[in-house]
Amino acid sequence: MATPRKNEKKTDAVKAASSEPDLGFTGESSWQYEPSLEGTDHLRFEKKYELFIGGRWVAPKSKKYFPTINPATEEPIAEVAEANAEDVDAAVRSARTAYDKIWSKLRPAERAKYLYRIARAMQEKARDLAIVETMDGGKPIKESRDFDVPTASAHFFYHAGWADKLDLAFHGRPYRPLGVAGQIIPWNFPLLMAAWKIAPALACGNTVVLKPAETTPLTALLLAKIFEEIELPPGVVNIVTGAGATGAALVAHSDVNKIAFTGSTDVGKRIQGAIAGSGKRLTLELGGKAANIVFADAPLDQAVEGIVNGIFFNQGHVCCAGSRLLVEESVHDLVVRKLRDRIATMRVGNPLDKNTDLGAINSKMQLEKIRGLVAAGEAEGAERWSSPCALPKKGFFFPPTFFTNVAQASRIAHEEIFGPVLSILTFRTPDEAVEKANNTMYGLSAGVWTDKGSKSFWMAQRLQAGVVWANTFNKFDPSSPFGGYKESGFGREGGRQGLSSYVEVG
Amino acid sequence: MANPSKRVSAAPARQRLSIPKAYKMYVGGAFIRSESGRYYQVSGMTKGSADAEVVNIPLGSRKDARDAVLAGKAALHGWSSRTAFNRGQILYRLAEVLESRHEELVTSLVRAGATERDAIDEVNASVDRAVWYAGLADKISALVASHNPVSGPHFGFTLPEAMGLVAVLAPESPALLGLVSTILPVIVSGNTTVVVAGERDPRTAVIFCECLATSDLPGGVVNVLTGRAQDLGPQLAKHREVNALEAWTPDAALRTSLERDGAGSVKRVKTHDAQGIAALRDEQRGQGLTYVERFLELKTIWHPAGI
Repeated sequence: MATPRKNEKKTDAVKAASSEPDLGFTGESSWQYEPSLEGTDHLRFEKKYELFIGGRWVAPKSKKYFPTINPATEEPIAEVAEANAEDVDAAVRSARTAYDKIWSKLRPAERAKYLYRIARAMQEKARDLAIVETMDGGKPIKESRDFDVPTASAHFFYHAGWADKLDLAFHGRPYRPLGVAGQIIPWNFPLLMAAWKIAPALACGNTVVLKPAETTPLTALLLAKIFEEIELPPGVVNIVTGAGATGAALVAHSDVNKIAFTGSTDVGKRIQGAIAGSGKRLTLELGGKAANIVFADAPLDQAVEGIVNGIFFNQGHVCCAGSRLLVEESVHDLVVRKLRDRIATMRVGNPLDKNTDLGAINSKMQLEKIRGLVAAGEAEGAERWSSPCALPKKGFFFPPTFFTNVAQASRIAHEEIFGPVLSILTFRTPDEAVEKANNTMYGLSAGVWTDKGSKSFWMAQRLQAGVVWANTFNKFDPSSPFGGYKESGFGREGGRQGLSSYVEVG
Repeated sequence: MANPSKRVSAAPARQRLSIPKAYKMYVGGAFIRSESGRYYQVSGMTKGSADAEVVNIPLGSRKDARDAVLAGKAALHGWSSRTAFNRGQILYRLAEVLESRHEELVTSLVRAGATERDAIDEVNASVDRAVWYAGLADKISALVASHNPVSGPHFGFTLPEAMGLVAVLAPESPALLGLVSTILPVIVSGNTTVVVAGERDPRTAVIFCECLATSDLPGGVVNVLTGRAQDLGPQLAKHREVNALEAWTPDAALRTSLERDGAGSVKRVKTHDAQGIAALRDEQRGQGLTYVERFLELKTIWHPAGI
């Protein structure tokens, strides 16, 4: 894919700060890349996908279907059933029956074996899962192949291991599963979020009704195929596709014991309000506006890689994205120059190309939201720089972008953009960095870059965030609890602590 | 081979002659005979086994034990520096391989004297126990590590680490469940091991080694010697490169002498009598974090928090 570069003028300040040779990334040279497309010919999609209820594929009582499209081409891939309240009720009933009759009575060691089977099947089908994830959601194939799918499988492996060790996990305290869990997941990591939700719920002895996001339902449905193939008892996991109304019906259902939601803070607040008084247990994993803090003593080239990964991973559709760069004033110009040089090398384009760094924005709606916030940033006086990279003619794409001269009050400094847009602010002292980093309603994650170990720990103690990365960013592991402070939600997913979200401990 | 004429004459003229297996020790990922050339004989045959009535088993020497220690030490760094998740995956693979050789393992236990029913139960329990330890691999830290709330501006952690090379004198019986129950808790945390298989009939142990060899377990992580615990045990207990020793033997005198021998290198020695061995048959008491914790070192790390 051709990514022609334009000549760019360096500001004097940046020139002065630069002591390294110009590598030509922003110069006259233009790098040409041959396409390296992942093959898709072997995939056979159904024309339409039904709901997965009670271990069977059933037509929706709503009689309605909606298309799911490839955001990189805007072409439809398949039709997917839209579950209404009646369908949701059928799914909850089947989950209840499976809970009462099978799953809660199964020996924990046998429960574990089902989870191992799921993990294994996901490994065996990894390539297809990755391709479908990329086609349906727009993320680069190298991410779905190397991160989403293996991590999703690892979550099942990890939680399989807990299923028969809950006595150890809760230090011998009595515990019992909650019952039926209603789980609503977002479109940014469709398969991985399904794994984050389903694996701990099943390991702890609950049954599940899962609602995938309406723009990315396909990998959850492929996962349902796996459940069929590994002979998971019918009704233990039910998958109902649909949009907001389907989710609302699941939240409102009187026989659901637990709601787990990952998505926007707005919707999270509505869910929390809706279940008030019902006694339902709730975990929320919501938005974020993570500060990525770079001190002058940091290994800057390493930091630049971390900043780039922090904001451009998955096109910035990441709740814990490092979307606010707080850089110590003395190295601001140098970091900005390095960032610009680095970002100019990034390839935006066909997500199925193995060399693509940034794929498609997940939906037209999201693209418009990003454009709107970027326009607001410009209107508020911040300085925008976007990579001069070529964008495909069709599909939803946005070039990697950053803003300098961002005021703290600016919308792009405190609203979650959920796209490849970085806001750069400065600070002078560690105290000021902490204050600015915490000056947000969110508290999901934070990054600290410094050569001084004691300073990273000092910062970590003061940052109001559920995850703090020091000299790294966007690291995830099934053994590592993830979740937010403040309006980024409550509850943790992963690790020993994550199990508490799915049991009542005495 | 003992009595070859018997097998030939018992067969109809056109029946093919079976190919009996040579049973060898498993050291450094290879199946080897004793460097000493010595052997002993084990008998007992059942239907379904290709083996002869009497088979020759390597009689491991003290030199074999030292060689096995070298192999175990050589594998230690690679194994202990793998991720816990990866070690878990390999142990799960072992469970898969054990399950796939279910019939062969049952046959082997039966020929060593078990009833068919008991043999099936033992193989089932062994596979399930392997699955249990596979799932424990990446949970150990979450269960035994701590963040220490020290007074002062420091981050303090206490983290488990592999102890090193652990020698195991395996119980005679249960032949398979005994191996799974004593080897897996040692290696799950990153230790490597030299095992002395039960002397009476180590054939099941050798089949177990064949499972290990096809489970993506790196060579040298588990080394299994055949021979006399009386000879090999003291050698391993005195060996300075062996960090810990666990002996499962009803022989009280041997237990005492091993504990005494271990003192010379401040070895962590744990011995189990007949009652301890019997506990391995129990689903609950036969597995657990306790078996793992014995062979962990704990490392406390202090780091300042300040600007």
